[in-house]
Amino acid sequence: MNELMRSRRRFLQLAGGSAAAGVLPGIPGRAAAQTSKLVVGVIYVGPKDDYGYNQAQAQAAAKIKKLPGVSVVEEERVPETVEVQKTMASMIEQDGASLLFPTSFGYFDPHMLRMAEKYPKVRFAHCGAMWTEGKHPKNTGSYFGYIDECQYLNGIAAGFASKSKKIGFIAAKPIPQVLRNINAFTLGAQSVDPKITTQLIFTGDWALPVKEAEACNAMIDQGVDVITMHVDSPKVIVENCERRGIYVCGYHANQSALAPKGYLTGAEWNWITPYTIHVKAAMSGAPMSNFLRGGLKEGFVTTSPYGKAVSEGARKKADGAKAAMMKGDYVLFKGPLDDNAGKTVIAAGTGYKQTDLVLEQMNYLVAGVIGKI
Amino acid sequence: MRLGLPVASLVVAGLLFGLFILAVGRDPLAVYALIWRGGFGSGFAWQNTLSRASPIILTALAVAIPARMGLIQIGGEGALALGGLAASLTGIAAGSGSPVATQALMLIASMAAGGAWIAAVGALKHYRGVNETISSLLLAYIAIALFNHLVEGPFKDPGSLNKPSTRPLDAAVMIGSIPGLDVHWGLAAGVVLCLLAGFVLKHTRYGFALDTIGANPRVALLAGLPVGPAIVAGCFAGGAAAGLAGGFEVAAVNGNANTSLIVGYGYTGILVAFVARHQPLAILPVALLFGGIGASSGLLQRRLDLPDATVLVLQGVAFLVILAADPVAEIVGNRLRRSAA
Amino acid sequence: MTDLGLWGIPIAMLGGALRVSVPFLFVSLGECITERSGRINLGLEGVLVFGAMAGYAMSYKTGNAWLGIVAAALAGTALGLLHGLLCSLRRVNDIAIGIALMLFGLGLAFFFGKPYVQPKAPMLPDIALGGWSPWPAVRAALDVSPLLLIGIVAGFALNYAFRSTRWGLHVRVVGDSADAARALGLHVNRIRIFATAIGGGFAGVGGSFLSLAYPGSWNEALSSGQGLMAIALVIFARWRPLACLGAAFLFGGAGAIGPSLQAAGISSGYYLFNAAPYVLTLGLLIATSSPRRKLAGAPGELGRQT
Repeated sequence: MNELMRSRRRFLQLAGGSAAAGVLPGIPGRAAAQTSKLVVGVIYVGPKDDYGYNQAQAQAAAKIKKLPGVSVVEEERVPETVEVQKTMASMIEQDGASLLFPTSFGYFDPHMLRMAEKYPKVRFAHCGAMWTEGKHPKNTGSYFGYIDECQYLNGIAAGFASKSKKIGFIAAKPIPQVLRNINAFTLGAQSVDPKITTQLIFTGDWALPVKEAEACNAMIDQGVDVITMHVDSPKVIVENCERRGIYVCGYHANQSALAPKGYLTGAEWNWITPYTIHVKAAMSGAPMSNFLRGGLKEGFVTTSPYGKAVSEGARKKADGAKAAMMKGDYVLFKGPLDDNAGKTVIAAGTGYKQTDLVLEQMNYLVAGVIGKI
Repeated sequence: MRLGLPVASLVVAGLLFGLFILAVGRDPLAVYALIWRGGFGSGFAWQNTLSRASPIILTALAVAIPARMGLIQIGGEGALALGGLAASLTGIAAGSGSPVATQALMLIASMAAGGAWIAAVGALKHYRGVNETISSLLLAYIAIALFNHLVEGPFKDPGSLNKPSTRPLDAAVMIGSIPGLDVHWGLAAGVVLCLLAGFVLKHTRYGFALDTIGANPRVALLAGLPVGPAIVAGCFAGGAAAGLAGGFEVAAVNGNANTSLIVGYGYTGILVAFVARHQPLAILPVALLFGGIGASSGLLQRRLDLPDATVLVLQGVAFLVILAADPVAEIVGNRLRRSAA
Repeated sequence: MTDLGLWGIPIAMLGGALRVSVPFLFVSLGECITERSGRINLGLEGVLVFGAMAGYAMSYKTGNAWLGIVAAALAGTALGLLHGLLCSLRRVNDIAIGIALMLFGLGLAFFFGKPYVQPKAPMLPDIALGGWSPWPAVRAALDVSPLLLIGIVAGFALNYAFRSTRWGLHVRVVGDSADAARALGLHVNRIRIFATAIGGGFAGVGGSFLSLAYPGSWNEALSSGQGLMAIALVIFARWRPLACLGAAFLFGGAGAIGPSLQAAGISSGYYLFNAAPYVLTLGLLIATSSPRRKLAGAPGELGRQT
């Protein structure tokens, strides 16, 4: 009699569970959260192993998984439509998630905001948006990194390595984050040789391998000998550069394995820093950090180790600039600065600190960039 | 429509898919259970399924209505995008009118834009003899290129820096959810249009005319039916449905027009229409089925670590099996009959 | 660099066309065979991507890119066979099967392709046709893949086959009039299945070009609709294999134009540029179709529901 009661109670425990957990008995795989663990949900717009944007996020998620008391659920290839709302809701209701990382820009408005209103006790940490006090709910926040600092260092390496004094940038779309990278890359190279020009090509979308490869070849045919990029998956460009025997600077994640001869250095995200901040706050119950920004100093971004082709002189100069950035309060964008149409965009004597929000609305290309928005 | 065969073919598709899962070393029963839970196993799952089904009901109509006239057009994706853009622009232009009037205007604009685009396909077919499948496909690509150009160019919201979009609609004019459900009114619109289309096609002379044109255009001509205008009108109706789907995506979900509109609803709609044998009433359960399968992909990823592509494979297998089911059943039936006789 | 000045632009475009046209070439030749037999296979997009993945995986596993090409051809033929078999059933609509096949092929490719995104597989080596030239730009432009040459040969071979061999005649008769074919004693379904399977094989090879030659990488965003575009291409080329060669070159060049022009300093309106090949095809279709006659050269059985 006792046995029966005990087994029935166990069955009810398993089948009933908490409403949030809801795991059917007999289903293998990851069990839903026990109430003591913090369940973190991560949502990717593309595949996790794209050697680029999504992979950088996934690497941070993988590190978070190892923290004690944390379990992570992930979903990839979730489009920026009402589907992501359902994904977030199901992570909250079915898996008991209380901290979500929707990693693609387009998830923010209206999808994440709507879910944030519906689930006020859940924290939503978005990558890239501009969280504004008073406009956005308190249980949301945005984090981003000043990866343009690393593109500046890429530019220094490129400036030294380039013999034709023509470097190239392959970009997806002309949004401020991308323009900031293009300008930083150019300024870095110009700090080595002011006569260097950057050839710019827009492919039109975040993942178009054929167009990216064509852009690569078109630039190389025009004499460019160092290329960097801002697209979702730099793999194709890096491999094509290596094949044509020119230098390349990576982006998002470390692609040096794909280009052992030509990889100079790379601008990488270090998302584990903001991830850890959010996880720690969620676990301790501290209020959420709504607006997180950081560069090299704060550990939000990092650079890849130098490749074989980076000369002593280049390393010294780049390390010097890096050290200045690590001290904090670094000013990358300062006047007098003209755009490539001849207009002055930053007056002499003015400088914008990296944290200055004006930079997040950049809409010009600096002088020396050959291309149009 | 007989119910036995579609159900049987679903079972066969499920079995084949289960074999596939076994072949890759996973437990099919666990997968089935999760698909059920994710799509249909709870109120939450149903909301998910319904909201996924709602745009594809409309894009399926976009294929089904012209198909009754014998035209296979597959350009719903483009009509949806242009419909969404039209809704967005109308909503912005309407400014501070009454919300209900603005909403109506937006939806009408979306239907007009989508309808006109596919009407062109019909006109090209009838008056110029251009194959409608190819022309609708080309027009879909052209529509999307045009959409991107306009959204990132002349109609871009200067504030939408990181994801180029049109200006956002005022919150007051956004279309809300059906009371009691977490799904927007687009679902209701889809259901109503299916019922309407089903009624018109079955019980009115317009429907009869469309079916005649589909069965034998020459007879229709001889009978004095205005074949040309009918074809254009039928294509317009189909395109309007797809455009309406776009309109709801803008007016009820996103609030503006951007690349989130172009996610493949049009192509899924094509398959739903074919599986439903272009019967508007059958579109409803088929859309629910495929919405449910799509809704379960989240659970499959999170609980079983299966890639998102698993759902694509299931949908592909299901479509292939169901499409082949009728003829196979006929062959089997004939053989059985012959051996019994 | 030894400057070619303005000549750099057309040479870059030539190089681009030679590269980007190859997948179009193979898919359109394959679809040409299929459509000449009276079927339309819209699933070639899925076949192309699946072929790309199969080729990449085989090349990685065996270390030999050519084995990858063979694997891709086999994979494509298998999917084409599936399409052919299913469409042989009465009242099965080949457009619907094609789109279902596209989903299925894409699903299989992404499902099995996940472990191959990271590793690097051996690539197909290029043939340096431009070795004679002192200008690096010309040498780069004429660095062609052996698949391009194979494709061109295949185009000529197919043209000859359709015109002068028994097999080609059979396919054409089956495609023009199933009744006439049956009267001649031909197995209509068998020939169509065969033609669709071969068409799939061609498309698989076209896909393997993307992953093993150019851009030379496997990931989920590899194809940007080349499979579907190639179907428009076949119609543009009026089902003539040699015209398919020219059209593939034209479409490939159009695809390469955007980046080339931007590199030369002309930018803006790139979406409209990208749409140019579609507008061109549509325009040509409108100009040359007529409601009375069927499209000149169209196989008579194409588009008829069996």
